[in-house]
This record gives sequence, C-alpha cells and structure tokens, in this order.
Amino acid sequence: MSPLSLALWTPAACLLVLLALPAAQKAAIKIWANVSALLGLAALLPLLLRFDKSNGGFQFVERAEWIPSLGIQYYVGVDGISLLLMALTAVTGVVATLCSWDAVNERVKQYYAMLLLLQTGMLGVFASLDFILFYVFWELVLVPMYFLIGVWGGPRRLYAAIKFFLYTLAGSVLMLLGILTLYFQHWTQFGTPTFEIDALLRLSMPFWMQQWVFWSLFIGFAIKVPMFPFHTWLPDAHTEAPTAGSVILAAVLLKMGTYGFLRFSLPLLPQASVDRTIVQVLVALSIVAILYGALVCLMQQDWKRLVAYSSVSHLGFCTLGIFSLNPNGIAGSVIQQLNHGISTGMLFLIVGVAYERRHTREISEYSGLAHRMPLFATVFAFAMLSSAGLPLLNGFVGEFTILQGAFEANPVWAGLAVPGVVLGAAYLLWLYQRTMFGEITNAKNALLPDLSGRELAVFAPLIVWALWIGLYPKPYFEMIERPVAKIVERVRPGYFQERQPVPILASSPITSQSGGSR
Amino acid sequence: MSQYYTPSDHFALLPALLLALFGCSILLLDFFALPQPRQKRWLILFAMLGETFAGVALYRQYRFLEDQSLPSLRAFSDSLVIDGFSIFFNAMFVAAAALMAVISYRYLEVEGEHHGEFYGLVLMAQCGMFFLASGTELVTLFIGLELMAVTFYVLVGFLRSDRRSNEAAMKYLLLGAFSSGFLAYGFSLLYALSGSTRLTRIAADLSQRPASDPLLLLALVTTSVGLLFKVGAAPFHMWAPDAYEGAPTPVTAYLSVASKAASVALLVRLLMGTLDSHRVSWEPLLSVAVVLSLTIGNLSALSQTNLKRLLAFSSISHAGYVLLGLIAGNRTGLMGISVYLLTYTFMNTGAFLVLIALRQKGMPGDDIDELSGLFHRSPVHALLMALFLLSLAGIPPTAGFIAKYYIFLSLVETGHYALAIAAALYVAVSIYYYFRIVRTMFLGEPGQLLPAIPGWGARLGFLITAAATLAIGLYPEPIVQFAGTSLLR
Repeated sequence: MSPLSLALWTPAACLLVLLALPAAQKAAIKIWANVSALLGLAALLPLLLRFDKSNGGFQFVERAEWIPSLGIQYYVGVDGISLLLMALTAVTGVVATLCSWDAVNERVKQYYAMLLLLQTGMLGVFASLDFILFYVFWELVLVPMYFLIGVWGGPRRLYAAIKFFLYTLAGSVLMLLGILTLYFQHWTQFGTPTFEIDALLRLSMPFWMQQWVFWSLFIGFAIKVPMFPFHTWLPDAHTEAPTAGSVILAAVLLKMGTYGFLRFSLPLLPQASVDRTIVQVLVALSIVAILYGALVCLMQQDWKRLVAYSSVSHLGFCTLGIFSLNPNGIAGSVIQQLNHGISTGMLFLIVGVAYERRHTREISEYSGLAHRMPLFATVFAFAMLSSAGLPLLNGFVGEFTILQGAFEANPVWAGLAVPGVVLGAAYLLWLYQRTMFGEITNAKNALLPDLSGRELAVFAPLIVWALWIGLYPKPYFEMIERPVAKIVERVRPGYFQERQPVPILASSPITSQSGGSR
Repeated sequence: MSQYYTPSDHFALLPALLLALFGCSILLLDFFALPQPRQKRWLILFAMLGETFAGVALYRQYRFLEDQSLPSLRAFSDSLVIDGFSIFFNAMFVAAAALMAVISYRYLEVEGEHHGEFYGLVLMAQCGMFFLASGTELVTLFIGLELMAVTFYVLVGFLRSDRRSNEAAMKYLLLGAFSSGFLAYGFSLLYALSGSTRLTRIAADLSQRPASDPLLLLALVTTSVGLLFKVGAAPFHMWAPDAYEGAPTPVTAYLSVASKAASVALLVRLLMGTLDSHRVSWEPLLSVAVVLSLTIGNLSALSQTNLKRLLAFSSISHAGYVLLGLIAGNRTGLMGISVYLLTYTFMNTGAFLVLIALRQKGMPGDDIDELSGLFHRSPVHALLMALFLLSLAGIPPTAGFIAKYYIFLSLVETGHYALAIAAALYVAVSIYYYFRIVRTMFLGEPGQLLPAIPGWGARLGFLITAAATLAIGLYPEPIVQFAGTSLLR
C-alpha cells in the first residue's frame, strides 16, 4: 500500500474504530475523533516530506483493477496542487473536529462518524486519477454533509440541507454525462474502456463535442464552487450548517469545484477551455461573482451569512485566476484556494465562537466585544485582515498573483476585479467595527467569557499557516509550479517558448516575483 | 414440423414444468396434508424447494449453451427459445420469487390471512413469467402473460377482508383486462400481416413492409400499449398507484419487480428483435412514454404521503429509466436494461421489506410520518432503508449507480443527448422524495412506531437484498461479466 492510499484510508479506518465505541461514552468518542483527525494529518506528513517538487507528474501513484470490464480502476496519485488541497483537508479536519467539542453534545457518535466519512470523501476527490473513482468520492461527500447540516444545523437546517444536496446532485449527474462522453470517445478512438485521466488526455475530439463536454463538466464544478448564478445554495447551507460544517464546506468542499476545473476541464478539453466565448463567459461570471458577492456582503445583517457571501466573492477570484489561463493566474488561484480555506475557515470559527456564547447571528446584537474579549478581538482582526488581503498575510499573496495573471491576460479584467478587493476590505472592516468596537450596548454581551485554551488551539494552526503563506510563500509556489506549467502548456501549447526564458524552478517568474517581493 | 415433440423441448421447458408442478402441489398439500394454520410455514420450504429445482434447471440450461457454445436452443417448433437473455431474466424471477416467499410469512401472519395457496400462486405467476421471457410465439406469449396477470389479480386482492386490497384488485383486473385486449388485438394484427404466429417468421415478413403501412403501425401501437401497461409506464400507469397501495406489501414488491421485468423482457424481445426493422416507427412512441413516465413518476412522487404510493410512482419513473435502454437499443442499452432490472429487484424488494418488517397488527405503517424518528427506535431498519433509497436514487457506491451508469452510457453512445440530460436531471428530482423519507427517519421526532419484531424471514431477506445492493455497487464485475456473456453472446 502506497503512503497515499494509507493517508486516504486512515480516516475510514478510524471511522470503523469509532463505530465500535459505545454511543454513551461521549468523552471517549470525542477524544478518539480528535486523535483520528490528528492521525489523518500525520498520515499525510510522509507525502509532504517525500514530495518531489521538480517532478511535474503524479507521485505516489497506486493502481489496481476495480471493475475491469468497465475500465474502472482504483488509481490514485498526487501532484503539487492536489497534495496542497489534501493538506488543507487534513488541517481543516483537525480544526473542525476540535471546534466541535462543546458545540455538539447530541448524537455525538453519529456526528463524528459523519465528519470522518466526509474526510474520506474529500481526500478521495483530490487523490483520484480515475474519473469514476473521482465521481464516487465526489458523491460520497454529499451524504455526510447532508446529515451534518440536517441534524446539527440551525433553525432552517432541513431546507438548507436538501437544497445543498439537490443542487450539487443535479450538477454532478450532468457531469456524469460529460464523463461518459469522454469514456465513449476513448472507447471509439482507441478501443479500450478507461476512465483514467492520463489516457483520456490523448483524445482528440471535434470542437463541438469538447464544448458539449465542457459545459456538462462546468455545471458540476460551477455549482460546487459556486460560481454566479449557481451560488444560491451556498448562503443557506453555510449559514445553517454547524460551525464545523461551515468550516469544511468553505475550506474544502468549494475547492472541489475549482480543483475540478484544474484537473479535468482544462487539461482534458484544451480547445474548449481557451475558446473565446467560453473564456469570456467564465471570466464575466467570475467578475460578477466577485463584485456581487462583495456587494451582498455589505447588505447582510447576519454575521454568518456575510461570511458565506464573502466566499462567493473570493471564489470568484479563484475562477478568474484559472481562466486567465497563464501561470500566474492559475498558481495564484491555487494559492488563493488555500488562503480562502484558511481565512474563511477562521471567520466561520469566529462566528461559531460568538454564536456558542450568545446563540444569535444578528450583527446588531453585538457591539463592543473587544472590551470583554480582547483575545477574541485579536484573532478576529487577524482573520479579517488575512481575508481582506492585507500584505504580509496570506490573502494578499493569492489575490495579488491572480490579479497579475488577469492583468497579463486582459487588463480590463484586472481593472474590473480590483474593486472587489476594496469592497472586500470594506465589508470586513465594517463588520469588525460593528461587532468589536464601540460601547457594549447589549447587557447580554457584558459578561461574555473570552476564548478558552481549546478555542485558541483551534485557531492556532490556521494563524500559523496564514502567516507562513503570507511571509514566505515560496515553497508553495514551488510545489505547484510544475503542475501549473503543465496545465498552461496543455491549454496554450508553446506558451513558454514564446516567453523566454523557459521557467526553470529557481528562476521562474512566479517564484521570483511573488516570493521575492517581500 | 414432422415431429411435434423432442426431448430437447422437454429440457427447454423444464423450469416452467417444475414451477407449475410445485405450484399445483402446494395447492394440494395445503388442502390435504397441511390443513392447520401452524403448518403453513412448511409450504414456504416447499416453495423454496421448487425455486431451487427451477434454479438448477436454469443452470443446466446455461451450462448446456456454454458447453455446446450455442447461441440459443429453440424448442416446440420455434415457440420457445432458451438463450442468455431468457436465462438471465428467469434467474432474476427465481431470485424475486424466492425473496417474496421468504418475506411474506410474517406479513400474512400479522394480517391473519395466511393461506397456503399464496405460495402456489407465487410460483404460478413465475411460471407465466417464464413464458414471457422465453416465448417466441404469439399464443404462447399471450397465455404466459395471462397466467401471470390472472395470478396477480388474485394476489393483489389476497387480503379478503381489507377493502383497499379488494378495490386494488378490482381496478387492476378491469384495467388489466382492457390492456390484455389491446395486446391480443395487436397480436392478431401481427398474425394477419404475416400469416404466422412465430416471431422469427413475423420479423422476416415485416421487414419487407414499408414503415408507413397503417396496419403495421396499428399493430405496433396496440402491442406497445398493452405491454407498456404491464410495465407500468406512463401514460398507462393509472392502475399502479392504487394497486401498489392496496395490495399486500410483499405482493406489491413482487408486482413492481418481477411482473415489470417480465413485461420488459417481452417488450425487448418484440421491439429489439421482431420489430427492429421498424425502429423509426416505435422509437418516437417509446420516447414519449419514457419522458412521460419520468415526468409523471417523479413529479407525482414528490407530493405523496403514503410510502407505498410513493414507491409506486417511483417505480413508474424506474420503468422510464429501463425503457431508455430500449430506446438506445445497442448492446450497452441491453446490458443496462438487464442490470437495471436485476438491481431493482434487490433494492426495491429491500425497501418494501423494511415496511413489511415494521408492520404490526393495526399499524398500517404505510404513511411516511409513521416512520418518524425510526432511526432512534430501530437504527438497523433505518440504515437499511437509507441504503435502498440511495440505491434507488442511483448514488454511488450502491447498485443503483451501476444500473444508471449503463443507461446513461447507452444514451450517450447513441447520441440521445436530450433524453440523457432529462433523465439525469430527474435523478436530482428523485433525490428530493427519497430523502424526504430519509429525513423523516433520521431527523424526525420519534413517533408511536413500535420496534420491529425480528423474524428469520425478514433477516434472511435483508441479508440478501442489502448484500446484493452493496456488492453490486462496490464490485459489479461478476454481475457485469455474467450479464455480458449471457446477453451479448
């Protein structure tokens, strides 16, 4: 068993142990769940340590027959992009598990079982190199998320849960049709049934069919991201989910969509991906998402809903970067995906902390919290600034690189997206001002306790990670440089020849620019 | 034609002979040897013995074709054919009937209607199905169909003192007789056109005729209407919700699974075999039926509060999915139909079995709200139901996904993109009503429902259905191989 399979199946193995524990032993279950999350992270360490940055292909590959007559394999492997997202998944898993300690006291065993199942599904999505295996994991994620929202969520949880499920499922069945078309094309062209991504790369399809498949995959991924106008499930799901659910949704689940574009849409359908109309439509949707998401945030009275809508805006940046179709844009997008996971994860945790104390999400219910909860206010300030893209923090690195890429592709795009950064700062600062500053006007806020040690421990890894990416992003850019270059070369052959010098690891324009500027 | 009867005819007919023999013996045994109510359980064993014999006979036929590497074995001067297709379907009927016998025992006890002829009728119906799957001659087919239908009229109304059961049987009988009339009319036209009742002769003759021949079109329409009725496809589905709701639950399961599969088998043999040359004529007709089935089935299921009615409407939509494979009409489509029906046998029977296992005296247990909070009372049943519902919706890694996979793939292969998109989107619709049940079971407040009394029948039934639903989903290779080699010989 390769280390990758080990990392992939650790949460599932922990789940089996968890199921064996008696449901009444809540403390034991909680401890085991936290241990499991840490084990999941630990299982990823060998991969991170032994990862070869100079290799642009898939590493830690493992392959086994699953359903030979349909050409479906158990075929896993990672490149820099997927490994980073797996790391994000594992860290989010730790954070989400730990933050639920006090928040969840009902049906504890089922709760942690769902978290571990979710973890397996998400890791599988990023590790799969077989399209059907990917699809199985993709669908596997839906069920535990449905229950997380539906059982432990807020007042409108049932509505939010089924809406999330229906939206995503509608997208993914259409995606399945696209996958089957690719499979059938491979079958007719090469005479072998396979869903393996490397094999599907060899396809040459007529342009109309590429477009057809592109749109079918687009629906699946765009709903997951979510891109405007498919975002309407997101505010409900994020707002009603329990804190851990929101954190995982924002940090990892949305990334499955952007990852899908990078792993499948672009490399498999290069002609459609650079088609003028398609790119313009996607960029336009991204820019609308950036601005619309930010504007809606300014209107929100609900703290959690505000954070939810900020995801729409931030993911708009990610898709803008991807469809700039150049190394800066795509690399920035990957980094921004990490950043969004870290920053928005923190923001949801912040809301969770406030909600656990006051059981309301109305912004107007809070004011002057900084007087009572200085630690909380500090952490919130950090999260807010990281999300708003303050230089030296992680958000800046991603947004800056994306805008660089967008500018290179078309200055107008960058010009249209920049107000999004400004608006982002505006709604976050205003939120901060309304909740943290001023006098304590509501008597209920007068006696709130500050962050406990456990809560600090929840935030700590995210804070450290945010600082690391903000101060020294070079290792991250190095990790994804080769895979990103591969994608760009695939969709725009000859891109690197036209622009001398050919980027080599040390002197790449990406690493020197964004790494060296600070 | 010189010799009317050969030993190989006997070999081909063996499964049906055994079923009829055991079916009739049960009626006699019930009357003479085991008259006491407590002795009825032995009849189940006897019925299972019959199924085992029928299974062995089928296996012998399968081995025979394999060893001789024959594509098919024709018998009774081309009135019956034993080929991979018929063996596959008959094996499915054996599985469905055996499951049925296992799960009925406790239900009939609870209802106080435990009569031995029940098991006899189950075998008789299966005998009719044998002819639907293997017959290649119009009269044989019609008699097979009527044997199946008439037994089902009785089975649907088996709860003599229950008014709903009686009403269901009456409705089913009236509409069923009507549809049989259509079918008989269609058959007579086919005979009039070709002068023969053998499907091979009809096929040869009809392929010479122009597609615009009005008589031919009339024959096509009437035959299809008759069979679409039996399949339970819209717009000929009106009987299904009432019959499903009123019938004893095991019969509902059997009806929705085996009777549907048998009628589909005949439809496939007629349309893809005999009338294949006139595909242009029947494909639009069938497409309309499919789209209507998907639409009416899924949309009506959304608002149902009675579980059996909900599953009835969902079964209409499943009929639509199965018929999509017929529209695609290639090898993948044929695989899709068979794999779909096989998985449907297990997952749908499983879903009904949950209802049966929960059934108590005086507790109808058919209303969705009555399952409220089931997870707290008997988590195993709730989890099993969730598994079956996920599979019905086609979520991987359950068997239902493999079934839908084939159907979608066949549509993509043959370029039916619009139908593929419609069918895919209806999966999302179906999730809504399936998950209404899941939501009630897992998220609802615990209601008045008594905990289920475990019985060996239910246990065995659950074991088979759940294991099959999971195993076909996780490792479909053996089934795929078997279906592939037997169907696409």
